[in-house]
Amino acid sequence: MTDIQERPPQADPAAAQASAAGTPPGVVTGHHTAQIKKRRRKEALIAHLFLAPWFVGLIAITSIPLLASLYLSFTDYHLIRDWGWVGFDNYRVMFTEDPRFIKALTNTSIYVLVSVPLQLTFALALALVLDRGVRGLSIYRSVYYLPSLLGSSVAIAILWRKVFGADGLFNGFLGLFGYEGTSWVGDPSTALGTLVVLNVWTFGSPMVIFLAGLRQIPPSYYEAASIDGAGTMRQFFSITLPLLTPIIFFNLVLQLIGAFQSFTQAYVVSGGNGSPADSTLFYTMYVYQKGFNSFEMGYASAMAWVLVLIIAVLTAVNFLMSKYWVFYSDK
Amino acid sequence: MTSNHDTDRGGLKVKDADRAGLNDTAMARVMLWFRGRRVFTHIGLILFGLVMLYPLLWMISSSLKPEDVIFREQGLIPTSITFDNFIAGWNALRHPFSHYLFNSAIITAGAVVGNLLACSLAAYAFARLEFPFKKFWFAVMLGTIMLPLHVVLVPQYILFSELGWINTFYPLIVPKFLATDAFFIFLMVQFIRTLPRDLDEAALIDGAGHWRIFSRIIIPLSTPALATTAIFTFIWTWNDFLSQLIFLTNPDMHTVPVALRTFLDSSGDSSWGPMFAMSVIALGPIFGFFLAGQKYLVRGIATSGLK
Repeated sequence: MTDIQERPPQADPAAAQASAAGTPPGVVTGHHTAQIKKRRRKEALIAHLFLAPWFVGLIAITSIPLLASLYLSFTDYHLIRDWGWVGFDNYRVMFTEDPRFIKALTNTSIYVLVSVPLQLTFALALALVLDRGVRGLSIYRSVYYLPSLLGSSVAIAILWRKVFGADGLFNGFLGLFGYEGTSWVGDPSTALGTLVVLNVWTFGSPMVIFLAGLRQIPPSYYEAASIDGAGTMRQFFSITLPLLTPIIFFNLVLQLIGAFQSFTQAYVVSGGNGSPADSTLFYTMYVYQKGFNSFEMGYASAMAWVLVLIIAVLTAVNFLMSKYWVFYSDK
Repeated sequence: MTSNHDTDRGGLKVKDADRAGLNDTAMARVMLWFRGRRVFTHIGLILFGLVMLYPLLWMISSSLKPEDVIFREQGLIPTSITFDNFIAGWNALRHPFSHYLFNSAIITAGAVVGNLLACSLAAYAFARLEFPFKKFWFAVMLGTIMLPLHVVLVPQYILFSELGWINTFYPLIVPKFLATDAFFIFLMVQFIRTLPRDLDEAALIDGAGHWRIFSRIIIPLSTPALATTAIFTFIWTWNDFLSQLIFLTNPDMHTVPVALRTFLDSSGDSSWGPMFAMSVIALGPIFGFFLAGQKYLVRGIATSGLK
């Protein structure tokens, strides 16, 4: 590691000259291993030059802050007050003395566990319909995909707040059936549900991935199956689904990780405080509140590290479980 | 016959009927049944699409309606069109809305240029060059993709405030020039790996250095991957809220998302018309990029799972 850090800045002008001069590394006049070695060393040097910006970023913007936040998580670091080492206190307080943390963790877990499976179900169902050679596929795909691009914006969160407000679009729709709804974002028992709907609404991006996966299944499989007399259902469960499991797995990991880190929607829909009654207090929102509203940055760092662990465990469990249900055809 | 199967899987059953030796009228009936079913599929898909887009269309139409009728009229076609909401929204905050659009544009442009430069450089090294511990560094790079932003945010804040960068655009642009969006490195590595090596080798023999190969061969051939990177960087940065909220606290530096939130905070449950109008403006550029770059967007997500 030190090797890599030291080299690029020193070697910079020399290597630039060498490559500008156009010394042909490909042309080896002799058969000397020394020359090959020299060539390799030069290539490594050039590689490090190409990687230099990334290395600087990796160290200064990612690694050092990562370690710093681990350190801070064992302190009561505060932007303004004095601070010191507190050991595991932050972690202990979080799980034993902070009901808001538990609330945030519960809210986020419910949100993830309900919205991700629903979102993927919609994505898969629509991908299957579109894959059956529907005319105008690209138009439908674009229309269904659009919400995925807009979904994380503040503008859409504002819209959501109004769609599910007391006099919003959703109640207007219910009114057609004579049902008079209240404010869905204002009721603690339904506010989280509106955010689930918002996440399901963005099923377009996993759908596009499913579509790409479906394209990979050779049509000859279906031909052979139908000659053998397998019906649509049988074909789906014996061909499509098994061959699609790697894609389902991929989407699942991706969406779980993403959903656990949701911030903007909950923040804007709830007006920045997780209201009503902390029912939309998301994990990352609580990290933000602690770190940047009350400046308890040590505590916020500890929470962020718990988040890293949760995501790591989630991903690991997914990978372990995948052995039992993901089918790779090339094995 | 097989080519027909490729394009139309629904035709499979028709072929079976053929194989079973059914006569022409039976065939025609089967075909008709399929066409009928297809019409239903289309109706279903269109209705579903309308339900999905309805909130968006409602927002656009509401932004054109006079304030007092927005919530009385649920229909999409405004009975009278007015641009009052746009005028009111444009001037509702401390600065005219163009100020926030401009700030967002600077950050977004910087991020796009930074990602294109830094990520393509790193990707070239990973895809084409040999160097010690390459596999290790590649794994590290993939690992940083999974890392949640929140875990480095506090120390980054401390770092940037030590540098005096809070309330400047640097915290939002400089990291992009250091390839911290490793996702795009991965995307480009995957793409460059599919390019034939013959061209590089020919250039090497002709005496070209790696910089020449990178800038004259790889970059021009990587246009699709670069376009995908540019479009996604644009959309993500334009939508990004959390880091802009943290690093830009001075209202003069606010960007579109932060300004919209301030608007929501300051006016509470009133002035929805102007707020919708500004939201429509905020979504406009994303919609534009979506229309212009659909091909690259779809290819990008399909190959790498971008959101």
